Amino acid sequence: MADSSPIRGPVVEADGISKRFGATVALRDARISVAPGESHALVGRNGAGKSTLVSILTGLQNADTGTLRFNGDPAPAPGDTEAWRSRVACVYQRSTVIGALTVAENLFLDRQSARALRPISWRQLRLRAAELLAEYGVDVDPSTRAEELTVEQRQFVEIARALSFGARFIILDEPTAKLDARGIERLFAKLRELQRQGVAFLFISHHLQEVYDLCDTVTVYRDARHILTAPVAELDQHELVEAMTGETSRGAEPSWSTTGGTRAAGDVLLKVTDLDLPGAYQGVSLTARAGEVVGLAGAAASGNVQLGETLAGLHRPKAGTITVADRPVRPGRVPAALAAGIGFVPEDRHLQGLIPQRSVAENATLTVTDQLGPFGTVLPSRTREFAQRMITGLDIKTPGPATPVSALSGGNQQKVVIARALATQPHVLVAIRPTNGVDIKSKESLLGTIREVADSGRSAVIVSDELDDLRACDRVVAMFHGRVVAQFPSGWSDEQLVAAMEGMAGTTDTKEDHGPHH
Amino acid sequence: MAPTTELATPPAAATAAGRRFDLARYRDLSLLPVLLVLGVIGFAVSPAFLTSDNLLGVGQQATELSLLVLGEALILISGRMDLSLESTIGVAPVIAVWLVLPDHGARFNGIGLFPSWSAIPLCLAVGALIGAINGFLILKLRLNGFIVTLGALTLLRGLQVAISQGQSIVNLPGSFSYLGSASWLGAPAAIWICALLFTLGGAALAWLRHGRALYAIGGNPEAARAAGIRVDRITWTVLILGGVLAAFAGILYTGHYGSISADQGNGWIFQVFAATVIGGVSLNGGRGTLFGALTGVLTLQLVVNVMTLAGVPPLWNQFLNGAIIIIALIISRFASGEKQE
Repeated sequence: MADSSPIRGPVVEADGISKRFGATVALRDARISVAPGESHALVGRNGAGKSTLVSILTGLQNADTGTLRFNGDPAPAPGDTEAWRSRVACVYQRSTVIGALTVAENLFLDRQSARALRPISWRQLRLRAAELLAEYGVDVDPSTRAEELTVEQRQFVEIARALSFGARFIILDEPTAKLDARGIERLFAKLRELQRQGVAFLFISHHLQEVYDLCDTVTVYRDARHILTAPVAELDQHELVEAMTGETSRGAEPSWSTTGGTRAAGDVLLKVTDLDLPGAYQGVSLTARAGEVVGLAGAAASGNVQLGETLAGLHRPKAGTITVADRPVRPGRVPAALAAGIGFVPEDRHLQGLIPQRSVAENATLTVTDQLGPFGTVLPSRTREFAQRMITGLDIKTPGPATPVSALSGGNQQKVVIARALATQPHVLVAIRPTNGVDIKSKESLLGTIREVADSGRSAVIVSDELDDLRACDRVVAMFHGRVVAQFPSGWSDEQLVAAMEGMAGTTDTKEDHGPHH
Repeated sequence: MAPTTELATPPAAATAAGRRFDLARYRDLSLLPVLLVLGVIGFAVSPAFLTSDNLLGVGQQATELSLLVLGEALILISGRMDLSLESTIGVAPVIAVWLVLPDHGARFNGIGLFPSWSAIPLCLAVGALIGAINGFLILKLRLNGFIVTLGALTLLRGLQVAISQGQSIVNLPGSFSYLGSASWLGAPAAIWICALLFTLGGAALAWLRHGRALYAIGGNPEAARAAGIRVDRITWTVLILGGVLAAFAGILYTGHYGSISADQGNGWIFQVFAATVIGGVSLNGGRGTLFGALTGVLTLQLVVNVMTLAGVPPLWNQFLNGAIIIIALIISRFASGEKQE
């Protein structure tokens, strides 16, 4: 099925798609159309109907109404997996490779041999896998076990597998959520290369910058409806955000923006001296003053996340000291860090942050159970009251304190994690990638919350590699390969900071000598 | 299929790197040194150890347990568990015998519904039926597999006691006792059969698509479904296969001892799990081989044999069994470097 044939209309065309689940309308008269070789972005806030559209486009669900065509032909019958896979493939946010099996076997799962009773020739399978990987320029040894791959390699393998079914249309559902800046760059390079071969993409992302970097066309969904489709070049970021939120945006600066770096600095609240954790970082010193938000920037292997976790007591450093308000903190112990006044927002709220089946109230008060009743008891009334204060204080959208936290949207779940970190009234709030996987509106409000912590005379440390997060900081410290390489007052330009995080030469002397850029 | 364009990476770069040594891949072999050490100790403590009589005896004793382990290993690899196997080994022969024995004239009377040659097929059918019912409850009604098979374990044990009136059955059809007592080419038939079944099973797991599907299902059922594997159908088949193997183990056991005892298989499930897990099969599914599971069984049996030969009173057997399970787990944990959650 060579694609040199004349272009026959869009690779996928959906029109008038509606879908309801019980009383909820997931999609209302939605449409989308992707041309061959096009890279098409689908954006929208959580609950806009993106995931429902994906499951309809991949044949996992049937639309209630509407038509779906691939290359001009009607969609295959539901359940005809083979036919669906040759038209459309999806790389999900959650991994669909099997860790214990080799890359080769993952690529040809359930088709390792020609017929069910024909024994598998492992040598041939490896050769076929190597051929397939080479065809798409994926540099992975087919006999590695899949669990040893990096996130990025895993995605390449999934993309290669998808293409091997003959599909020329791939849906990428938040592919960059778990990648660092450099991984994203390599992923994009690969996608552009495939695009040149005629592969079309539907790219779903919360990062609008990525949409501008990669895509030709953007479609916006809001409240289960199609809002607009336009070439990316003709739509500036404010119009795009406006289309997503349905509100007129408040101008260039978001509400939490720092006021030009002229904030009066208070006393030093957090002081880190010569901290050393073998394999992660060496000789790191850092201070954070009252009223200050400090950004700790760095790519995946820079050690910034481990440094943040060390502050929270999750790792025991080999050398160095941490003091909070001039009192030393016993390293490597979470209770000691909590007692010293360090609040912690972990990197992955699903793995380290929340207990999904338990209520919002329970999750928010997990760190302060000792304050909820006398003699070690936890009184439900006091828990509720405490949680209610948090829900109001942080504007958490939940039906009530007793709702299971898994029922909340990503942004509100993250707020519950922050609520818990703040429950102990910490002097210092350490937040690792606080806006990971939340939509743009929640992002603003989360960063606003962290800003408020600083404004109330405490200090906050944001550990992240996302420029949006770091822009909310008064000062950004950049790390590379376990060392602090540069420091920027607010007003840095994207290029400066990215260059420092990527360890480009000549960044070590940029300390404090850059004026406001905007 | 797809158009190839010139790409930056040379095709052979990925394969040329060669295969690194991967310790975790050999986790299934981690008990081989243990077996070797046991052999040396056995040789040292008693000259009777390294005789063919003794080793064949150990082998024959291992056959019934090893068939249960074979079934359980397949089930565990596909990410499920079945506790009721230890009751199937007793109840399947009892039901089969009850269906074929005449209704008068002996201490245990059946209902004589089928001719006596059909005892073995009936027994296997009962095993398949038990597996099928477990599969229905787990896969169709979506009940918790652990609790379902725990219930089945108790229920089937009770059924056996009720039918056999709590007694051992000694008047067996001839066909039924043949396989467990016969000897082929100088070794018990049961050993040959077991070896054959393990070979077939191991080959299927290594070289057949449907065998590999068990690893995929156990490793990540969603991914397996997305790859087009019929997850429920294959899991169901594996549960039925487990029941059939347990019923077959019952036939060998019955033939070996010449009677169906009322507590046949009672408490074995702990040994079955122990042997499977120390042999490198993961309780979380997706990992392990039948060869590893077999070395697990042999380790447990050899320990008891060596201790007996060394003159340790049999009253210590249970203690030693528990100890060897924990020690073997520690060894395989550090030999493979993998955590066992």
